[in-house]
Amino acid sequence: MSPLRRRLLFGVPLAVAVAGGEGFYLLLRRMREQKYDPHALPSPLIGKRPPAFSLPGIAGMQGFSNTDIAAPSKPMLVNWFASWCIPCEQEAAILGKLASGGLNIWGIAYEDDAQSLKTFLSSNGNPYQRLAADADGTTAINWGVYGVPETYFIDKTGIVRWRYAGALTDDVVASSLNPLLERYS
Amino acid sequence: MRRFLFLLLLLPAFALAQDMVTRDGVTLTQAQETRAESIGDQLRCLVCQNESIEDSNAKLAGQLRGIIRTQVVQGEPDRQILNYMVQRYGIFVLLKPPISPLTWLLYAMPVLALIVGFAAFWFGRRRNATPAPLNETEAARLEDLLRE
Amino acid sequence: MIPELGHFALACAVALAFAQGVVGIFGPSLRDARALFAAPVLACSHFAAVGTAFLALVWAGIVSDFTVENIADFSSAAVPLMYRISGVWGNHDGSILLWCLILSLCGLAVALFGGELPASLRARVLGVLGLVSGGFLLFTLTVSDPFTRLWPPPLDGAGMNPILQDPGLAFHPPVLYTGYVGFSVAFAFAIAALIEGRVDAAFGRWVRPWALLSWCFLTGGIALGSWWSYYTLGWGGYWFWDPVENAALLPWLTGTALLHCAIVVEKREALKAWTVLLAIATFSLSLCGTFLVRSGILNSVHSFAAAPDQGMFILALLGLTIGGSLLLFAIRAPVLAATGIYAPISRESALVLNNVFLCAIAAVVFTGTLYPPFANLLFGVQLSVGAPFFNQTVLPLAAPIIVTMGFGPLLAWKRADFWPVVQRLYLAGGVAAVVFLVVAADRHVIAALGLAGGAWVVLAACTDLAQRVRLFRVPLGQSLARLFALPRAAIGAALGHIGFGVTVLGIAGMTLALQTVAVLQPGQSTRLGNYVWTLTNIHDEPGPNYSQHVADVTVADTHGVFLNLHPSRRFFTAQHSITNDAAIHTNGFRDLYVVFADEPAGGGAELRINDHPMAPEIWLGGLIMALGGFCSLSDRRLRVGAPSRRKKMTEAVAS
Repeated sequence: MSPLRRRLLFGVPLAVAVAGGEGFYLLLRRMREQKYDPHALPSPLIGKRPPAFSLPGIAGMQGFSNTDIAAPSKPMLVNWFASWCIPCEQEAAILGKLASGGLNIWGIAYEDDAQSLKTFLSSNGNPYQRLAADADGTTAINWGVYGVPETYFIDKTGIVRWRYAGALTDDVVASSLNPLLERYS
Repeated sequence: MRRFLFLLLLLPAFALAQDMVTRDGVTLTQAQETRAESIGDQLRCLVCQNESIEDSNAKLAGQLRGIIRTQVVQGEPDRQILNYMVQRYGIFVLLKPPISPLTWLLYAMPVLALIVGFAAFWFGRRRNATPAPLNETEAARLEDLLRE
Repeated sequence: MIPELGHFALACAVALAFAQGVVGIFGPSLRDARALFAAPVLACSHFAAVGTAFLALVWAGIVSDFTVENIADFSSAAVPLMYRISGVWGNHDGSILLWCLILSLCGLAVALFGGELPASLRARVLGVLGLVSGGFLLFTLTVSDPFTRLWPPPLDGAGMNPILQDPGLAFHPPVLYTGYVGFSVAFAFAIAALIEGRVDAAFGRWVRPWALLSWCFLTGGIALGSWWSYYTLGWGGYWFWDPVENAALLPWLTGTALLHCAIVVEKREALKAWTVLLAIATFSLSLCGTFLVRSGILNSVHSFAAAPDQGMFILALLGLTIGGSLLLFAIRAPVLAATGIYAPISRESALVLNNVFLCAIAAVVFTGTLYPPFANLLFGVQLSVGAPFFNQTVLPLAAPIIVTMGFGPLLAWKRADFWPVVQRLYLAGGVAAVVFLVVAADRHVIAALGLAGGAWVVLAACTDLAQRVRLFRVPLGQSLARLFALPRAAIGAALGHIGFGVTVLGIAGMTLALQTVAVLQPGQSTRLGNYVWTLTNIHDEPGPNYSQHVADVTVADTHGVFLNLHPSRRFFTAQHSITNDAAIHTNGFRDLYVVFADEPAGGGAELRINDHPMAPEIWLGGLIMALGGFCSLSDRRLRVGAPSRRKKMTEAVAS
């Protein structure tokens, strides 16, 4: 083997290390910009319609089914939450702001009971036009929900365009939700 | 009536005879349970860090285990059950990613690493076959020695 | 006051480390004896400075000084003394300081015990260690300072994570870090050799004890970590292919390859470039492991809180260290001329074969661990690579290693005859075959292969020893005398292989493990394997900073009850969290394992019951491997040898 080829071969570990280092750098930068989160799960529902379901209402409100959100008059949110979930309390104020701004928010209470929900809604406000109950969590599994709170953005044709896992914050609303509302209204 | 009651008493014996177990709210035979466990070992618990749903204590993991067992009792093949989960949670839920162009490098790595390793070994041995060439001073010294 | 002293000592340490680095690397070219001997002195004072800083932090932990933010965040007055001390390294900042302490300890060890090395080589090794140390100390001082103060101090600390309040925590990180960081010495040797442009038999002899010492600690650290998760996490698993576990396994794999390569360099002057590359790779993998755990890039049970900014600093350190060393390798390694020649069937070939497979396993584990973040980066897709993938790819690669390990020690150097070696191993092979057939008859094929493989390795190593003491060919007394006269390195090597075989036996046995989950009321029983498990009672017991519910469980076989176990659930008041304390009984060959998993609404207890054949062998094997390594280290030949004689000769000639 020619000396030049030998020398090049000895450089291979360096090349691999440099490529790897570049990759790590890009990953870190994306983490700082919040574009990469190793714990985040992309939802398979994006670009599709929600699965078939029909859930009863709870706490004196009306429930709904997938046909009810098949063609909403304007883009809407479906918010999965529970009274026993602390981050849900934290996002209640933001949901309230969005609802009073004219956004339709329909809620699904995950593995919850009527009494605790009533207490939760009276102390944190009720931003929901409709509120269904998924008592055993089966519908949640069909949606691919793995924790609460989770918020799904559904456009006018009934297609899911965005899923956010975690409590909504002003940052998330500004950076992700508002552009979506502009794009799909 | 007495015969009926007697048969009722025998039911536990039947259960033992077929070795029935109850796990996550579903009753199934030991063979079915083993199959369900092997399916569960391939699925990731989504609310934990890096555990399978069989090992996890989380409530969601328990619900998913129940769904798997129900489907196993119904006779669904393994592939169908795994697809059920992937439809809902994406390929992230599979602890072994599907073989696709995106994962060729991952699955080819064992063979690739062996090829590279053996190639390095082979070229190293071929180089060793010829001793290192002498430089000028050493060549001159060799000539001196040979002339003596 | 004392934390401020510690902080000041930390700052001094940074300066001393960089001084050690500069003086060590450039000193030899000055050809001034004072420059050569300054490096060891600096190494000692550098260690003293880091040691002072570390002791200051430990003191703050002992007296529960909550003006130190680190102590306030991770400890509290109610935590028992042992955990107030060991908790110092249970969080990110403290553990980085422990890392730095051990790095400086490595420099101290080379300064004190490197007496027979040529002074210029020793200076360069200390120089490299100083630079690496300096980088990490700078990181600690600027971005990850454990001495930041909090004023006014809170009345009590936030408390310690209950899972960490365990004796395992006291030992696992220090032992593991000593292993990780210890390979920095082999790394420094490799860099020094590349700078000098010369790798010879003496290099192999010098590197080996340092690599061996680190390897022993790394083996011990991994075994301890695995054992700790086994009895603490509560579902009877001992290895999860979690990214942080892989980060510890990777340097172990290349470190094992390095050890074996160093033997070949020492004896046959071949494989020089491999040895240097492996030394660089092993420490580089340790550094990568540190980076991956602390940056938050990976999804892992063990990772500390995600901190991309800290990650950037460590990435810069990695770039300089790994990039710099591999650049040096690319430029200088072609100069290293190999002179040894060996036949296809020889001990060299067997060692090389082993190394190829070890490195292949390392490549697979490395790729699998990093695939999810890189797939996200390049393809925008979120994947998981978990235990099923690793088990299915690593185990087939480990099989050739297990087979070759049996033959290797019996092959001769340079050129060996294969058939006589095979004949000598008839007993080992025969027993392995019998084991396989017996176990496979029950249709447990994987367990059969594993148990046969483990038996093969253990018996082949024993055959090697038996051959050396001429067992059964000379009177038994003479054999015994020969055993004690054997070089300790030979016994150590045999023990190392035996230990590995025992671990393989343990892992294979665990594939036959049985498990069940049962909800029992007091008085009810369930059956698992050959035993009947009965819940007799549930009662309360108080603890220092927790309250607990204890389940009393009895285990019976055909002869009646023979065991009482008391698994418990602990409620930690400060953190509002619950841990399950597993109750394990072992008889050396089988673990009976029960966890009090839950208290269902209807009363009674949910118990997870496990039956683990051969589980203790997994960690017993690790212990035997480490003991074998220490045995080898105690061999005087490894520490005294050609280098010192050559030095004395040149001194005699010069005078």
